[in-house]
Amino acid sequence: MAGVHVSTTVNGDAVEYVCPGSETLLDALRDRVGLTGAKEGCGTGDCGACSVTVDGQLVCSCLVLAAEAEGREITTVEGLVQDGELHVLQRKFIEHAALQCGICTPGFLISAKALLDRNPNPSVEEVRYALAGNLCRCTGYDKIVRAVLDAGKDMRKANKKRKAKK
Amino acid sequence: MAHDKTYTDQDFKLVGTRPLRPDGVDKVTGRARYGADMNAPGQLVGLILRSPHAHAQIKKIDTSKAEKLAGVKAVITSADLPDLTNGDAGMYDTLENCMARERALYDGHAVAAVAAVDAETARAALKLVKVQYKKLKHVTDVDEAMQPGAPIVQPRIKDKETGLSTNVCGMTPFGHGDIEKGFAEADVIVERSYKTEQTHQGYIEPHACLATMGPDGQGELWVTTQGHFTFRNVCSALLGIDLAKLKVTSSEIGGGFGGKTHVWVEPVALALSRKANRPVKMVMTRDEVFRATGPTCSTSMDVKIGATKDGKITAAEATMRYQDGAFPGIWGMLGGLTSFACYDLPNVKSVGIDVLVNRPKVAAYRAPSAPMAAFGVESTLDILAAELKMKPVELRLLNAAQEGTQSSYGPTYGPIGIKPTLEAVKKHPHMRAKLGKNQGRGMACGFWFNIGGQTCSDINIGTDGTVNLTVGTVDVGGARASLSLICAEELGIPYESVKCAIGDTGSLGHNDTTEGSRGTFSSGMATIFAARNAIEELKQRASIMWDIPAEEIDWAEGKALATGVKNSNLGELTLAEIARKSPNTGGPIAGHNEINADGAGVSFASHICDVEVDPETGSTRVIRYTVIQDAGKAIHPDYVEGQFQGGAAQGIGWALNEEYIYGKDGTLQNPGFLDYRVPVCSDLPFIDTEILEIPNPTHPYGVRGVGETSIVPPLAAIGNAVSNAVGVRMNHVPMSPPRILKALKEDQADQKAVSAG
Repeated sequence: MAGVHVSTTVNGDAVEYVCPGSETLLDALRDRVGLTGAKEGCGTGDCGACSVTVDGQLVCSCLVLAAEAEGREITTVEGLVQDGELHVLQRKFIEHAALQCGICTPGFLISAKALLDRNPNPSVEEVRYALAGNLCRCTGYDKIVRAVLDAGKDMRKANKKRKAKK
Repeated sequence: MAHDKTYTDQDFKLVGTRPLRPDGVDKVTGRARYGADMNAPGQLVGLILRSPHAHAQIKKIDTSKAEKLAGVKAVITSADLPDLTNGDAGMYDTLENCMARERALYDGHAVAAVAAVDAETARAALKLVKVQYKKLKHVTDVDEAMQPGAPIVQPRIKDKETGLSTNVCGMTPFGHGDIEKGFAEADVIVERSYKTEQTHQGYIEPHACLATMGPDGQGELWVTTQGHFTFRNVCSALLGIDLAKLKVTSSEIGGGFGGKTHVWVEPVALALSRKANRPVKMVMTRDEVFRATGPTCSTSMDVKIGATKDGKITAAEATMRYQDGAFPGIWGMLGGLTSFACYDLPNVKSVGIDVLVNRPKVAAYRAPSAPMAAFGVESTLDILAAELKMKPVELRLLNAAQEGTQSSYGPTYGPIGIKPTLEAVKKHPHMRAKLGKNQGRGMACGFWFNIGGQTCSDINIGTDGTVNLTVGTVDVGGARASLSLICAEELGIPYESVKCAIGDTGSLGHNDTTEGSRGTFSSGMATIFAARNAIEELKQRASIMWDIPAEEIDWAEGKALATGVKNSNLGELTLAEIARKSPNTGGPIAGHNEINADGAGVSFASHICDVEVDPETGSTRVIRYTVIQDAGKAIHPDYVEGQFQGGAAQGIGWALNEEYIYGKDGTLQNPGFLDYRVPVCSDLPFIDTEILEIPNPTHPYGVRGVGETSIVPPLAAIGNAVSNAVGVRMNHVPMSPPRILKALKEDQADQKAVSAG
């Protein structure tokens, strides 16, 4: 196959693949790297189910070319678990019943993490607008917003403790 | 089935609590596998060529160039799907919908399919398939399609002598009493016409499957579906495969809402695999999902309600026209069945009409047909309340159905929840919340049947006392949590000791599709009986261990108890203790149950909604929303609330924004999430819920279906709120900004005319 050779980092691991120039990052992650956590709901950047971060920047991986991942650091939902522990957002989504079918959940988790990383104490309004690029058809968003607010609270507490220790 | 008071009156230990869902970790870590997440060695990519025309004769399909392209392993047309349906009209419709035969019946209708080594090759092959069409006249509007002389969608459907076009494929009246007499007794009569546009279920996961057919006639299908047993039945019938030789496994399902109760690409994927002799994976694009799957009907209806001046309804009548897409359905009939079900009416008539148009075959969408009927009826009731100077909630309470009422669709109700939900509306703090400028409050009621159907559950007890529960109904919204709770409750063991899985078609007997809010109702029932069956076996094993007759053993709280004075030294044996000894007392311990789950309980809801309308733009925002619904018994309240909130959100989208827009050429203009706008997080407020529990006397735990009713009231609740906010009565859904703006302008013009006159 004539293709582009790409060296990138996915969830901290060095990864290489060869892909056609027209292939999306989403397809490369799913079909070449074997990470199917990011989902294709639309392929046009409207539903957010394929959300990942590239060098910390939230993107729809269906709108990024696989070749653009060269030299970048990609984080997918599979990278949220650290040292065998669920990320606080993952925990809160389960505790608040913030998922039903779960197809949109990986995208929401990535978007919510991007929000809390840059704004640890968002208002309800800020959560709603930050997540407006992710479609959920099951929950009406109610329990998702509550889970994100609660996760923010826990993360702030943990940060305070960490600072106090220093 | 008799009301089993032992169980509705018991104090539940686990049922009604909110433990963590068993599939939660899989779904937050990306480990859960959905339709498109499965692969097989040597798999091909399958793609479908679709009609660009609303209606066209297919004169010729030349696949020769596509077949010659390197990497293409199979190309099929309807010639590869011979008619094996033996006169089964419904099955023939399914066959024709999967692949057009003589004619393409709507924009997006499949006409050919290819399987190739990769997506690029498959896409190139599609371009090489040459189809010669002769365009035919089309019709996409329900009212136009009914007129004599309209383009005929399905010439094979015979004239029913209605005097209308043969596109009218069903006309079903319901009701009782004497309508003429009833209207003659009325002091006030309100008569209005309404229209609702077509919407899509909008599940985020597109249809996807992985099909494998071997030369030995055996096949496997991995698929996102609400009913893998039904998919097996249909695929087997269409392709001539023995039922037992087609194993269908349901993947995790990324939303269905009725849209994944029907086959679309699956028979095509199996046919491609059979021809190529390799596994074929097919994943629809969003464009295909919109153009060729799902949607629910667009409608047009006339509603007339009369009442005495003290608010007693004397007669109610509705004529409702539902378009079914290009194939006959029961959607108009369902509208006729549900329209007036909330009320106790002496004289009622409701006619549901089914009409064919050149649009995709309509599929069920959450309480199918009821939201549109409720929009017409509940809007008319609010107008009537205003004319009678009554509060809308009081008018509804005065006329609400109750136990003993003969329903508008026939049967007499048992204990039902419509009055309690209305009483709860009156008491709810939402009703006292202050409203600002351009804000208004509306309410509406809704009804849905719920169904039971064929169901099996298996319980297998491991030697460590943990339990595998296998059910055959697909889990669309958290049912594994509810069914694990039920299983643990019956056996008297911790929730965490139960592992619930959805069995494939080879591991259980037939289970009907998860539809009609039946998942927790019917699999819950089968699980209760399977657990009781296992308990009988556990008692047998305890009798062997103790060497006493089984009749002298009781079962309580997960333990066998020896009864009687002579057994007083024996004490008790826990489930785990009995299980540990099972290899020596007769082998594995299991319980199973196979039933037709009868006794589904009807379900009612009342919704309250506050909106703010921007008179400059016509844009409407929902600012407060409350769902009050009877659940019978909420097994896992978190997921009952989730169903209430999700249905309300879909209804809000339908009411305000979502609509299929067809061009003059009969093609869909907005087949994507950018132009077909479902509610996003910033569009909605928190959705408050109140669960009422009026037990269904025909379920051992009192369960009613909860999944669907919540989408029924929102269209009308929002219409009523808009009317109260800015004084215009919206008779056309969605109440999108242009429609509201137009109504506001017309209203201003009318007022000017009045003041000038």
